[in-house]
Parts: sequence; C-alpha cells; structure tokens
Amino acid sequence: MALKRYIATRMATMFGVLMITLLLTISLVGSNMDTILKQGVVFQVRTEISENPEILQSFSSSAEYEKFVQDQINQRTKALGLDEPWYSPQRIGITMYKILILDFGNATFLTSDSGSSDVKDIIMEKLPKTILLFTTATIIISIIGILLGVLSGSKIGSKVDRVTSSFAVISSSFPVWWIGMLMIFLFAFVYQVFPARATPDISPNEEGYFLALLYHMTLPLITIVLIGFGAWAYLVRNFIVGIMQEDFISAKRTMGVSRKKILYRHALKNAAPPIVTILALSLSGSLGGAIITEAVFDWPGMGRLYFEAISVMDMPVIIGATYVLTVFFLVSIFVADLLYGYFDPRVRTGS
Amino acid sequence: MSSVTPSEIKEEFLKSKIGIACIIILSILILVSIIAAVAIPIETFQEWNNPNEWILLPKTAIPVWVNYFQSEKIPEHKVLNNPTVQRDSTGEISFVSNQFGLNYNYDDYPRDFIYDFKANYVNSPMLQFSVIRPDGLKLELLTTSLPYSQNEITHAEKIFSTDNTIKKNLMLQSDIFEFPIDKMSAEDIIFSQTNQHIPLKGEYVFQIILYGVENQNKIIDSQLIIGGKAFGIMGTDELRRDLALGLLWGTPLALFIGLAVAIGSVIIGLIYGVYAGYKGKLTDEAMMRGNDVIYALPALPFLIILAVTISNSIFVMIGFLMIFGWVGIAKVARSMSLQIKTKGYVEAAKMMGQKNSKIIFRHILPQLLPYAFASIAISVPAAITTEAGLSFLGLGDPSFPTWGQILHDANTYGAAPRGLWWWIMPPGVMIAITGLAFVFIGNALDSIVNPKLKR
Repeated sequence: MALKRYIATRMATMFGVLMITLLLTISLVGSNMDTILKQGVVFQVRTEISENPEILQSFSSSAEYEKFVQDQINQRTKALGLDEPWYSPQRIGITMYKILILDFGNATFLTSDSGSSDVKDIIMEKLPKTILLFTTATIIISIIGILLGVLSGSKIGSKVDRVTSSFAVISSSFPVWWIGMLMIFLFAFVYQVFPARATPDISPNEEGYFLALLYHMTLPLITIVLIGFGAWAYLVRNFIVGIMQEDFISAKRTMGVSRKKILYRHALKNAAPPIVTILALSLSGSLGGAIITEAVFDWPGMGRLYFEAISVMDMPVIIGATYVLTVFFLVSIFVADLLYGYFDPRVRTGS
Repeated sequence: MSSVTPSEIKEEFLKSKIGIACIIILSILILVSIIAAVAIPIETFQEWNNPNEWILLPKTAIPVWVNYFQSEKIPEHKVLNNPTVQRDSTGEISFVSNQFGLNYNYDDYPRDFIYDFKANYVNSPMLQFSVIRPDGLKLELLTTSLPYSQNEITHAEKIFSTDNTIKKNLMLQSDIFEFPIDKMSAEDIIFSQTNQHIPLKGEYVFQIILYGVENQNKIIDSQLIIGGKAFGIMGTDELRRDLALGLLWGTPLALFIGLAVAIGSVIIGLIYGVYAGYKGKLTDEAMMRGNDVIYALPALPFLIILAVTISNSIFVMIGFLMIFGWVGIAKVARSMSLQIKTKGYVEAAKMMGQKNSKIIFRHILPQLLPYAFASIAISVPAAITTEAGLSFLGLGDPSFPTWGQILHDANTYGAAPRGLWWWIMPPGVMIAITGLAFVFIGNALDSIVNPKLKR
C-alpha cells in the first residue's frame, strides 16, 4: 500500500514539474515565437500573390492591393489564433495540449536529413544518434567504474585506490568539452587518426553510413568515457568502503569467510541498490545533458540540434527538444526514485 | 558537525599538503586578479572584441618561449618604432630618411610586414622604400608619390607587404635570385638567400626616404611591423588578440562568477532549507515540493533559453546560475535544521518566546556555518564550468572576455584541428586549476566538518 502511495505522489509531482517546465518554456519563448509566426504569415501571403499573376493584375491601384494583402494576413492570423496574445489562457492551453500529445508543429528553419520540417521527425532522427553515443558511453563507463571501484574499495589506501581517487577528483574538474577539444587536437591534428568533425561526410541514405558513423563516434566516445569513469569508480569505491565497515561484514570476517567471497558475494550485493539507481539515473540522464559535448564534436544528435535551434531561434524545435529532454530527465529521476524506494524501505514509509 | 572551532579547522587544514597547495594556488589566482586590475589598463578588456585595437599584432602567433625549446627559430613579431632619422638637402631637393635596423636570426620567413607612417608635407613628395640586406644587396621595394596638397597636411598611410607594386618591383630585380620568384610573396623573397630559397640571417636595414622640394617635410609616427609567427608569452589568436591579456582578465572574472554564484546559492539554500525544516509540517511539505520542481528542471537547456531570451549580461547570468545552485544545499540544510531543532537550547529559546527569525539566525544558522563554507568551496567549480560552458556555446557576455569565450572563439576558428594548442590549452588549464583548488579546499573542509568521512 505504502509503495503504491509513494509511486502515486512521485508521479503527481513529476507531472506537475513537467507542466511547470512547459509553461516556463512557453512563456520564455512565446513572444519571440509570435513575432516569427506573424512574419511567416506575411511572407507566405506576399509570395502567394506574387506567384499568381492573375490576382496581381486584378488590382486597379496599389492601395487596393495593399488592402487585399492586409485582409489576407488578418484572416490567416485569425485562423491560426495569432490575433490573441500568446499569454491568453486559451492559446497557452492549446499549445500545452498539443505539446503533451507530441504535436510540436513545423520547424521554422531546420529540417531533418530527409527534408521533413516536422519537429517530431527531426527529433526522432536525432534521438537514436544521441542514444548510440551516450548510452554506449554510459555503459562502458559504468562497467569500468564498477570494476575499478570494487578493486580500489577493497584495498583502501593502496596505489590503485589513491590513483583512482585523485583521478576522479581531477577528471571531474575538467570540462568534458575542453577535453574534447584537446582530443581533437591530439587525434585529428597531431596523429590524424580520427576525423575532427563527428558528422560523417556521406549522406545517411548511402551504404556504409552506419560504419562511417561508428568510426566518427570513436573520438567522442573515448573522451566521454575518459572523463566519466573516474567519478563512477570513486562512487562505487565509497559504497564498498561504507559497506565493508558494517557489522555483518565484520561478523562474516570473524566467521572466517574469505575476503574475496565477502567482497563479491556480500559487499557488492549490498552496494547494488545505489549502483543500479545511479546507473538508471545516468543512463536516461545521458540523453539530454550533452549539448556542449555534441557541439564540440559536431555529433548529429539531440544536443547539437538544440544548439542549432537556439542559434537560429527556431522556436518549435526549442520547445520540442526541451520537452523531450525534460521528459527523459524526469523519467530518469522517477525511475531512480522508484528503485531507491524499492531497495530501501525507509524511503517509502517516509521516516 | 557543530563542535568544531575555527582555530581547529585552520589547524587541521594546514596539516594537509593538499590544503596548503590549494591555498597557494588560490593566492596566486588572487594575485593575478589584482595584477590584472591594477597593472593593465581597463580599456584593454573593453576593447577585447574590437578588431581595430589589435591590428598591429600577428594572427595566430605561437608563444615566443617555444623558441627556447627548438633549434629552428620561429620569427618573432617585431614592432620597430625607433628609426634613425636623417635629413639632408642637395641643391633644390631635400630629403628626410628613416632607417630601421633589424637583426633577423630566424629559420623561417616572416608572415608579412607593414610600414605605418604619417607624413607632414606640402606639394607631392616622393616616398622611396627599400631594404639593404645582410649580404649587401639593396632591394628597391616601392617608390610612390604622396597625394598632392597645396597646403601643409598630415597624411597617414600603411604600406603592406602584399602591395602589388612591391611584388612588381621585386620581379624587376628577379635576376639576382637563382630560382624563380614569381610565385612567392614579397617577404619570402626579401628574406631569402640568393642562391637557394632559405632564410638569410643577419642585419637588415629598412630605409624609407621622403624626397621633396620643401625643407620642412617630416615623417612622424613612423613604425615598421615585421609580422612574425611568434608573439608574447601566450601567443595570439585568429583575431590578433594577445591571449596573455585575455587569460589575465579571465582570472578575476572567473573568481567573481564562481564566488558570487556559490555564496549566493549557499545563502539562499541555507535560509530556505532551515526555514522549511524549522517550520515543519505543511510549510515544510510545500517548500520541499517547490524544491523538487526546481531540482527536476533540466538546468542547461533552461540556462540556454534564459540567456537567449532574457539577457546574457554577466550579472543576470550569475542570478540564473544561482536559481539552479541552491537546491541541493537547501535539502541538506533542512535535514540539519530538523536535528538542531530538537536540541534543548532551541526549545528553551522557543519557550522564552523568542521570535522565529531570531531563533533561526541566532541559534540554528551559526551551527551550519562550517557546512556552509564547505559548500561554498565545492559549488565554485560547478559555477565556473557552467559559465564557461555557456560562454563556449556563444552565449557569454561579449563585453567581458572570459576563459569560456576564448575557447568559444578557438572552437569557432577550428583551433583544435588546425593545431593551435596555445589557444586551447591555457584557458582550459586555468578553468581546471581554479576548479581543483576550490574542490580540494571544499573536500578538506568537509572532512574536517564531518569527521565521519575521514579514515
């Protein structure tokens, strides 16, 4: 019963947060979006008329022509609901509902590689690439991190432990994107092993694209792993160290159970819940938090899409991408919360 | 927590080597900031994005100290502005000459040269520009007449090595060289040996003579810039800016951003958390849900949207960074205040009828101070790297050159694939060093404040 209530409150909170995020995003970009949409309408009307000589000839004076254009513009803004300001409750409601059902509308400038300007298509095209890079990286990071963490956690104060700990602190204070620049310098300029840009030169429809993509992925992947595994190892080490000090471990030790068995059978088993929780968090969290890294490597994923959308102020894409990123972020927090509640009964009873 | 006195903290802190190292790094950073603020005129950083200010410096020049480590010397950038002036008149024609001596001992050709001068004259004097090389050869570079003027005027002009006339004049003297020179640039020809195309070392004399009929013709502000490929202790970037200045100015800015954000968010977080924990019940519940909302907002996308739509002024950015910085601190502060609340003296103060605000500020907050200092130190690096990241995306405040912006420019001009390491390495190293110093100070403080973590 308690678990159900816990899940229900968490879900309610998450949904509330999602709504607030949406509202904030819309209110931040709303006025800009209106201006852009209205400009779009004016442009559309004028091109339609100038492409149609028959309409153009039917006007006797330029005043009449201007009036016709203005009428057309007014008609269309009304049809689109642009005559009301963006902050009118009705329009915000419609916008939020549309976004909730994943209808993001059409992008103003950006298109997907296949030429579609539907924001959903663009996002669906970029998302797999982000998953490919960052999820792979997270999995590698967690494997190396857990192995190293257990190794150094079992031998506190040893050389491995000290190197791991200091590497963790040092690596986490370098910005990933700066290490990315260094890696590009090292492997694209000095040794010329990998390309500097991570976007393959051939078009996605051609054969061999996937292989090219994998080859271009190597450098960003190495960079992310290099920067990430230290912190993981340090975290796992601290869990292990904490558990090794627990009474039941000491009891096992006095019972004469071998050290290796204690470490892998008992300590790791007890450290599993927080490790799994963090894994869930970083797996889904990795999908969004890579805007700068993707910008450095020019990796054609969600992060770079977001960056491009920001630089040309493509509002529908910004809203859509923010929404998708937020959903992933929230889902990851939610899953982590659930796992934590599942593993640790103290959390869900609220004590 | 609690029963640690400041003197104990100091004592513990000075015991660890890392603590001392951090204090030293921090002092150096503060010293650099003071030097930047005092010794360098404030205009230099306001002019950071003004290309005219940097026109006399070379493009993407390597730091000069690289020459100490290699046998092949890279030509240094030289600005010669102390010419030997001679004036003479033979009969009706008078002339004034400026001579620049240049000791050229490098294994590569200069990038270019610019002669920048102002001349004060009447009529239309003739300017002759030539160079006498170490091997005694004299090359005529340019002969031109300055624009005619009836009255005395001051005429400013720059003669560039890319000038077509210079190239034509050199082509006329091409039989001196034993190799074809038609595809080479002027500086490659002038600084080359005659029998083969390698740089000629030694004393060069650049000579500028102004011929005229009047005696009072003058050359003023005369300077010759030999565009080198090495400059300063940190080199220059694509926009000819002296990177040493940018790095120097970045230091106080980074410290300011980091500390302002950290202190601001810790104060907000402490007060918010302590108040929620102290009040308890519904207030606590409501405040913590509010906390959850901000915790669940994706920070970077939001910071980007805020920077794009509202303002990218550095002060507004600090405010935005605070919004996302206080959340975790509030959570810890709340749980700490829940503990302190139950202590006898707080209960007593409550019973005596003291005001809530007084209890919070007099009895609870002081207990959290050690934790607050540790959190400030730990929050600084995140603030610096986040700001650097935003600047890197091109969302930084253009009127302040931060390390992130230097890296943004480096990325825009493809510094990494072009191998311009002096443009990439120093800003990142500075960010990392500053961050590390604060992280270590924070960790040291934390382990003193929470002895449980020590082993």
